[in-house]
Amino acid sequence: MSQTRLLSVLVENKPGVLHRVASMIRRRGFNIDSLSVGPTEDDSVSRMTIAVHVGKQQAEQATKQLSKLVDVITIDDITGLRNVAHELLLIRIHAPAGQRREILDLIAIFRGRVVDVAPNTLIVEVTGSTEKIDNFIELVHPYGIKEAARSGAVALVRGDEARIRLVDFEIGTDVTERSAAPAQGEAADTTGTV
Amino acid sequence: MAATAARTDQTPEPARRLTGAQIALESLIREGTETIFGYPGGANLWLYRYLPEYPQLRHILVRHEQGGAHAADGFARSKRGSVGVVFATSGPGALNLVTGLATAYLDSVPVIAITGQVATTAIGTDSFQESDVIGSTMSVVKHSYLITRAEDIAPTIKEAFHVARTGRPGPVLIDFPKDLQAAVTEFNYPEEPIRLRSFPPPPRPDAARLRRIAQLIREAKRPVILAGRGVIISGAEETLLELSHKANIPVGWTLLGTGAYPVTDPLALQMVGFMGAGYTNKAVCDADVLIMIGMRCDDRVTTKLDSFAPRVEHLIHIDIDPAEIGKNVVPHVSVVADADTALRELIPMVEPKREHEWLTQIDQWREEHPVRFLNHNGLLQPQEVLEEMYSRSQDEAIVLADVGQNQIWAALWFRYSRPGLFLNSGGTGTMGYAFPASMGAKMANPDKTVFCVTGEGGFVMNMQEMATMVENNIAVKVLVLNNRSLGMVRQFQDDFYEGVRSAVDLSFTPDLVKLGDAFGMKAMTTDKLEEVGPMLDAALAHDGPVLMNFDIDPLANVYPIVPLGKGMLDFVEAE
Ligand SMILES: Cc1ncc(C[n+]2csc(CCOP(=O)(O)OP(=O)(O)O)c2C)c(N)n1
Repeated sequence: MSQTRLLSVLVENKPGVLHRVASMIRRRGFNIDSLSVGPTEDDSVSRMTIAVHVGKQQAEQATKQLSKLVDVITIDDITGLRNVAHELLLIRIHAPAGQRREILDLIAIFRGRVVDVAPNTLIVEVTGSTEKIDNFIELVHPYGIKEAARSGAVALVRGDEARIRLVDFEIGTDVTERSAAPAQGEAADTTGTV
Repeated sequence: MAATAARTDQTPEPARRLTGAQIALESLIREGTETIFGYPGGANLWLYRYLPEYPQLRHILVRHEQGGAHAADGFARSKRGSVGVVFATSGPGALNLVTGLATAYLDSVPVIAITGQVATTAIGTDSFQESDVIGSTMSVVKHSYLITRAEDIAPTIKEAFHVARTGRPGPVLIDFPKDLQAAVTEFNYPEEPIRLRSFPPPPRPDAARLRRIAQLIREAKRPVILAGRGVIISGAEETLLELSHKANIPVGWTLLGTGAYPVTDPLALQMVGFMGAGYTNKAVCDADVLIMIGMRCDDRVTTKLDSFAPRVEHLIHIDIDPAEIGKNVVPHVSVVADADTALRELIPMVEPKREHEWLTQIDQWREEHPVRFLNHNGLLQPQEVLEEMYSRSQDEAIVLADVGQNQIWAALWFRYSRPGLFLNSGGTGTMGYAFPASMGAKMANPDKTVFCVTGEGGFVMNMQEMATMVENNIAVKVLVLNNRSLGMVRQFQDDFYEGVRSAVDLSFTPDLVKLGDAFGMKAMTTDKLEEVGPMLDAALAHDGPVLMNFDIDPLANVYPIVPLGKGMLDFVEAE
């Protein structure tokens, strides 16, 4: 059974690491739904959030193959955990004066923001789960979408503790320490999931 | 060559400010390198400029970079703990390494490739002989580095060796821009061991799982062990022997695992799988507990996946690479660890036992399905040549085989009474591997006999290395099993592709004796069985490389073989 799995991957912040990760995923025949990469609290580490569409066993294989890459520090399959996984959408909507009010109401429900106003269009920013973004796009579709740009998801697991903490490396010990406390849940972000 | 830039950097002690090229060479010495296979060109000339200053580094000028990569591979495979080293220039030189790196990668061989690159300032401009070597080799190396600062040279080389030899070994490429080869900086070789948070050392075997395996062995009625190249890499041959003897477990092996277990041992099975022995396939298919050690279990082993070990109740997999566990077959119990460590810790937990019925059954299968050949036509058979060769091996010669029929024949007739080295490109099946790799093996083992068994197709793919072999008097004894066709492909076409022979005729192979003469290599030929032995004796008596051509039965086939798409028990045998 295939599903989208969400991998949170910490990698060395080195040139070429994105190429290595993407190339490995392609070579092993996995399909990437989305991939986002950016800096973390630690300058030497970047976090990649990868959504791959695979079966459970394939996901395990993808995870193991990724771990083998020398620049990959840890991988956490956070699919199904209580995580916050957000995408960012920027969308230019056809919004002539007569329809603006309606559109602005929709934006408010989705806690979106208008970031640019032009005579006939608005650029709107919305963040949230993939589902929320999909819903928003569906709802504004009838007004006319001129252009859209959408990021991949970035995600963290809920709770007090960092899921993965880099510890000082000692030969023979694990490089990672997972927090013992189970991820504490907060109210799920359901904003705008109408 | 304008050497002015370097001349000014010659101040030796006390500051030990060296050029990047010198730093690289000194770093190689620190890592224990003694032999380098390589080829110069515009982007690595600073390395070659300084090479003569380090006589402790023996450089072998190969005649093609692919030959260099395979030679470094053969060197590393044949000398435990060593790392093969190959140099190439940028662009075409580096790209000529790709097949050799892929070969080493799939068979887990530690090789360091140092490729010249255009100057850092020219990277990305499509300058002369620039190519994206990191990108081109990414999927065929364990890791790679582009050096971007002179002060990174020594730490990068140290780390590259660490990565190449640690855990599951593999090739590592270092792309070294030529301006940094000339740049001068202080040389400090890092003394501390490398610790990489993203590359932890292999885990220790899990004791609870080992206990579970010991229990499963105790309960097993029909146990079988399969050994892969991981056993050889980790030096676990003796430990494996001890385990199998303690619990009387029959042992078979993969093509790459050939040599891991003494073939004449009463508990020995044979090679398993696609072209494995019928009795081994039968044993695997009937086993209730199957223990796979240091192997990938690829499709050459399993044949049709669902035909593999159908009666197994407990599949056990021990491998150092967690990604191999569950990749092709999903085990019930797995241990991620170095094979030797795991087996050493397992043995005390295992109780002596003997499943008489099972062993009797296996003996019966061994008799019913022997690995054999028949000579129907009086023509020289490849196995006859190999029997003569192996009778002169003292069970300790290093044997390399190329790819094709010759490879399988050489593997199935390798029947040493102790563990031994049988080297071949089992993973990528690279034709042209054996001949240059055998140079590396001989360089690494000057006191051992090295036989290189090859088809004429594979031989001509890298025959330029005859020049290297003769120049350096690398005394490999080469046996070309010449069937005047791409034999394995011909056999496939005859049996699996409706009998249409297409593009397999090699009657235009050059006269190998004349060719040997042209290169100054002692060369002999025969098509008569009675001449084979004397020819081998003459070859062994000759102090230098020898090329022996054997005109064999052009229609000799590999048996047993499982027809394409069929299962393990559908093997077809010689008749
Ligand atoms: C580089 C490369 N090209 C093609 C093949 C496909 N191939 C596998 S076996 C074989 C025939 C080998 O012929 P030869 O070297 O004469 O050996 P024989 O099988 O006759 O012993 C070929 C073409 C390969 N394995 N490697």
